Amino acid sequence: MTTGLFFTQLLNGLQLGVLLFLLSAGLTLVFGIMNVVNLAHGSLYMMGAYFAAAGFNAFDGSFLAAALVAVPGTLLLGLLIERIVLANLYQRDHLDQVLATFGLILFFNEVVRFIWGPASVYINVPSWLSGTINLFGLPYPAYRFAIIAVGLAVGLGLYALINRTRVGMLIRAGASNPDMVSALGVNIRGLNTLVFGLGAALAGLAGLMAGPIVSVQAGMGEPVLILTLVVIVTGGIGSIRGAFYGALIVGIVDTVGRAFLPTLLRELFDRSVAQAVGPAIASMLIYLLMAAVLALKPQGLFPVKHG
Amino acid sequence: MLSFTTRTLAVLALGAAAGLAQAQAPIKIGFMAELSGPQGALGQDQYDAFMMVVERNGGKLGGVPVQVLREDSQLKPDVATQIVQKLIEKENVPIITGVTFSNVMMAVHKPITEKGVFLIGSNAGPAPIAGAQCSPFQYIVSWQNDNQAEVVGKYATDKGYKRVIGMAPNYQAGKDFVAGFKRFYKGEVIDEIYTPLNQPDFSAELAQVAAKNPDAVYVFYPGGLGVNFVRQYQQAGLLGKIPLLSSSTADGSTLPAQKETALGVISGTFWGPDFNNPANKQFVEEFEKKYNRIPSQYAAQSYDAALLLDSAIAKVKGNVADKKAFAAALKAADFKSVRGDFKFNTNNFPIQDQHIFEVAKDAKGRVSLKTIATPLKAHGDAYAAQCKM
Repeated sequence: MTTGLFFTQLLNGLQLGVLLFLLSAGLTLVFGIMNVVNLAHGSLYMMGAYFAAAGFNAFDGSFLAAALVAVPGTLLLGLLIERIVLANLYQRDHLDQVLATFGLILFFNEVVRFIWGPASVYINVPSWLSGTINLFGLPYPAYRFAIIAVGLAVGLGLYALINRTRVGMLIRAGASNPDMVSALGVNIRGLNTLVFGLGAALAGLAGLMAGPIVSVQAGMGEPVLILTLVVIVTGGIGSIRGAFYGALIVGIVDTVGRAFLPTLLRELFDRSVAQAVGPAIASMLIYLLMAAVLALKPQGLFPVKHG
Repeated sequence: MLSFTTRTLAVLALGAAAGLAQAQAPIKIGFMAELSGPQGALGQDQYDAFMMVVERNGGKLGGVPVQVLREDSQLKPDVATQIVQKLIEKENVPIITGVTFSNVMMAVHKPITEKGVFLIGSNAGPAPIAGAQCSPFQYIVSWQNDNQAEVVGKYATDKGYKRVIGMAPNYQAGKDFVAGFKRFYKGEVIDEIYTPLNQPDFSAELAQVAAKNPDAVYVFYPGGLGVNFVRQYQQAGLLGKIPLLSSSTADGSTLPAQKETALGVISGTFWGPDFNNPANKQFVEEFEKKYNRIPSQYAAQSYDAALLLDSAIAKVKGNVADKKAFAAALKAADFKSVRGDFKFNTNNFPIQDQHIFEVAKDAKGRVSLKTIATPLKAHGDAYAAQCKM
């Protein structure tokens, strides 16, 4: 194994990590602050990708247009969902919320099938990012560098928002003790709507960035939702910091495991055994990690500090 | 006395009406395919092409009115089994066509054929029913699953590729395709990579491929997985460098989402929209006019299934209840296939040419498949010898 290959795989892990971070940041806030289990977060990611594809195809392959449709579009959709569906569920228990948001998953999957048809739709990377960058002699897609850059920029922006602004202070306070925040006269309803909209916009951004890589089709949100749930459980529910580190850990463990475990097993076992067992164990790694974290630190690796 | 006459007349009249109704009763045909979910596009193409023939003939096949009962098997073998039961027991259909996926085919093959109902498969062709579990009531118009891998294996041998990496999802069909490729490939498969069926991102695997730098890569990634894989292969800068040989990865169902990212991908199968025979020209022209898209191979297969039924029903003059005569009429395959030469093997799977296509722009500038080679001529399958009918 060369250093080049190792760094490429590390970058691949980082790229998956920041994509997961975009998704888990919103989900963890909704979970932590609003105490709502939102299974439809993956659907917002899917809608982001579909909005992006619609903008991309309507404006003659302009990625900027895709971004301008996708992010505000999902933001608006998030606000609508919060007002129409979730606002009625805050007082109910988690099971009702799970049922309602699961219903939303089915609803949105059918909506996209109805509008865009069952086959996957077309969206491509912007032409100025379509090349590759040479990395220790191995080509690396420029677009994946762009994903990493966007993800890290969003991470920094969120850090500034949460730690340096008044809204951020309220969000942090809401995550620690929502009753006290509302008793102090803060409009917690407005805060909820804002947080949910922000989470939805981030999911839409993730959908936009992922659209040119993965196939944009109905049901694309569910596998990602599972990874996102693993991230926020590993990182600690309600914590942006936890979501960030959790996403990077999950992304890197998953990618590096997938890349090197089969090769490693081939040193120990027969080739056919390694081919069968390698991918199976590699896809289990992140769940094993989550189980270990839950056993040792049930609050997650980077929990919210309660005062 | 009067009343007796009236009654007799009434009975006679009723009897005549019933007899008349029987003569006019349409032949019921069960059409079952995957019509929803991520793979629904395949079933939709099968259905659209089948109905195109029925509608062109004014609701008739072989000069006899037909009633097509459309059913969605939802890619669930248990759902498919229930549908088949309903079609046979309640609707009394003599013919069932369609069937998109191999796992569904394996679930419904026995329940259909052991009831003496004719199964006109227009996609899935798993190995067991081509071999030991074959039935005289099955007529598979598409291919045996391995064919589309075998032709690519032969092509890789012909091109002199020495080192190839095989990649597929980690399930039965994925392993079957890589095995089919190896059956006709004489060089060395330096690595086989199997990815989880629900894994959408191939960055880790593609980095390994780039590091190993083989002469070519062979993949089987159907549906949305193929869209992911081809895009990522192109984005990683590998497409111009390491030839990408594929089965069911860049076809009419995925090219609309892949578009120019797939230009240059090599694909092996039995039919392409650019075939230059009159039957195919009529099919492609009519399909594009009616549905405003390039037909996929799934549409072509189902179109042929409709033509086969059309020819066989005409031969028995609509009397499909005479099973022996109808079976012989089907076996004769007396129709002009869009693929050119077509006949049934001893196991009622096709004997046909297998071609190699390159993804390229067609005369209208759309991304489509272009025929570049025909490595296997009048090709059957590896399992026919095990089939005793």
